Amino acid sequence: MTKNISGEKDNRTALIVCAVIGLFLFLLPALLPRFYVYLASIILLTGLLATSLNFVLGYGGVFQFHHCVFYGAGAYATALMLTKGGFSLWLGFLMGPIVGAILGFILAVICVRLSKLYFGMLQISLGSLVWVTVYRWYSFTGGDDGIHGIPMPDLLSSPNSSYYFTLLVTILCLVIMFIMVKSPFGSALQGIRDNPGRSEMIGINVKRHQVVALTIAGFFAGVAGALFVVVDNTVFPDMLFWSLSLEVFIMCLLGGWFTFLGPMLGAAVIVSLRTFVSTFTVYWAMVLGIIFMFVIFFLPTGVLGYIEEKLNKMIIEPTIKE
Amino acid sequence: MEFIYAVIPPQILCQIFVGLSRTTILFIVASGLSLILGVLRIPNIAHGSLYMIGAFMSFTIAKAFGGGSLGFWMSLILTPMAVALLSLIIERCLFQFLYEREHLMLLLLTFASSLIFGDLVKLVWGAEYKSVPVPNLLQGFVPLFGGIPFPLYNLFLLIAGPVVAVALWLIVNKTKIGKISRAAAVDREMVGAVGINVSWVFASVFVIGCLLAGLGGALVAPTVSVTLGMDHTLIMEAFLIVIIGGLGNIWGALLGALIFGLSQSLGILIWPKFGIVFPYAAVIVVLLFRPTGLLKSTW
Repeated sequence: MTKNISGEKDNRTALIVCAVIGLFLFLLPALLPRFYVYLASIILLTGLLATSLNFVLGYGGVFQFHHCVFYGAGAYATALMLTKGGFSLWLGFLMGPIVGAILGFILAVICVRLSKLYFGMLQISLGSLVWVTVYRWYSFTGGDDGIHGIPMPDLLSSPNSSYYFTLLVTILCLVIMFIMVKSPFGSALQGIRDNPGRSEMIGINVKRHQVVALTIAGFFAGVAGALFVVVDNTVFPDMLFWSLSLEVFIMCLLGGWFTFLGPMLGAAVIVSLRTFVSTFTVYWAMVLGIIFMFVIFFLPTGVLGYIEEKLNKMIIEPTIKE
Repeated sequence: MEFIYAVIPPQILCQIFVGLSRTTILFIVASGLSLILGVLRIPNIAHGSLYMIGAFMSFTIAKAFGGGSLGFWMSLILTPMAVALLSLIIERCLFQFLYEREHLMLLLLTFASSLIFGDLVKLVWGAEYKSVPVPNLLQGFVPLFGGIPFPLYNLFLLIAGPVVAVALWLIVNKTKIGKISRAAAVDREMVGAVGINVSWVFASVFVIGCLLAGLGGALVAPTVSVTLGMDHTLIMEAFLIVIIGGLGNIWGALLGALIFGLSQSLGILIWPKFGIVFPYAAVIVVLLFRPTGLLKSTW
């Protein structure tokens, strides 16, 4: 990881950029037609999902291959609370993240005994068990049809209001995660990523930190899932399928998995590309595959990581000359 | 035999063995996956796509030879070779440049190639179902288990599994390339230092593994309708088998396939609706007690 040399000045530019983006996002429903508002909502919640994955992937160094389990589980929990339980949306919305966190905790406790790729493979197989259960349990989850037309309260039934709700929740979650990354807990997590052995030596309980981080990631993935229910009013078993998880994984990589906002950028690129390319051709997956290959070969630190490297070089080189 | 029939009725025994014959194909694919994992350390997600390509290719080859028995036997020989050639191309053009990098990148690269392969299959063969006829020689039934007719093709599959296992074991343990590849898995630099071209050793191991995926595809084609998306379910099952068996262990893959297949066919007998959940549950039970798999892993 490269450290940002420029300090305060750079912080100010970052703040301005964030403010401009925030203003744009706030005014978006007034500027763009309805379809783009829906697309922006999907981008935001997918970005939240990718950021929650990056919390354990980029900052924790844990290869969580099947992150969408928690996303799907959160969405199903919310949807089932609304349709089968008949609870109010707010209770259902709370249930999504809680189920995500509980599932995240259970899977983490089982998988954390292993490390790196072995962890990932075990996690992907346990996640597939959840998928297969959802896929087969027709009477409860609706099987491969999923659940459609989930009722929403009047307050959230229009695209604009659900967009603002998504925007608000996403920003809130991102701020909480950012604070966590900068907290002592976040530093410990990054220490574990860089050198698990030494972290253990200085008294950090590696496994416990990883379990806590994975539970938190599961929680925020559950938030993203519940948001999907609010925006799209549907759930379907493909939300828990492993190929979606790997797509989210590559979103993190594309945006820059050592940067905080990288996954959000990656999600924006991939979701909007998917929307526009699939209007031209049915061979969208091929385009996606080619993009992924390009990223893997030429941008291993992602777009934001690349920009950060260039910026640091630009800032460091003049100072050396002086 | 009478004693066994008293415990398990012959009809059920027959059903279990038909289920196991399907598992044979899983084993053949999983053993290739395991080989690649053990030597190259690549969790090859594109393996499922190669299996699917194998199934589609065997459809084309069988049709080119008139769609009869000859077509099937030719496809059984030519399909694995064609898939092997394809895998050689992707290994030389893409994978070999990433061996020095983190294995995570290799995994994602195989995922990217599986996406591209999936669409290529759609482009070449279209989205319709395809079917390959069972050859005359293997059509019909044989009386087995107290006279219950057992489909001959499934019996053929049940024999093919162990044959592949023994052949693979002989290649890995008794031939020179097998010995070199095992050495390269342990210490790549040392093998290079004694004057062996490790890059080509890896390539040949990758090709042998992918050849098995193609063989699995050719064998499965007459029993199922060949369709898009058959790669996605298979690859996950093959991964589970490899994980419970121990990464890189061929006998582990056989054991894992047996556990997987038995729990699946017994599960369907006990609880038809949720039969598919049983093998996953079996995997979890195994992993709770032995997180690194039943047999010794080469990792």
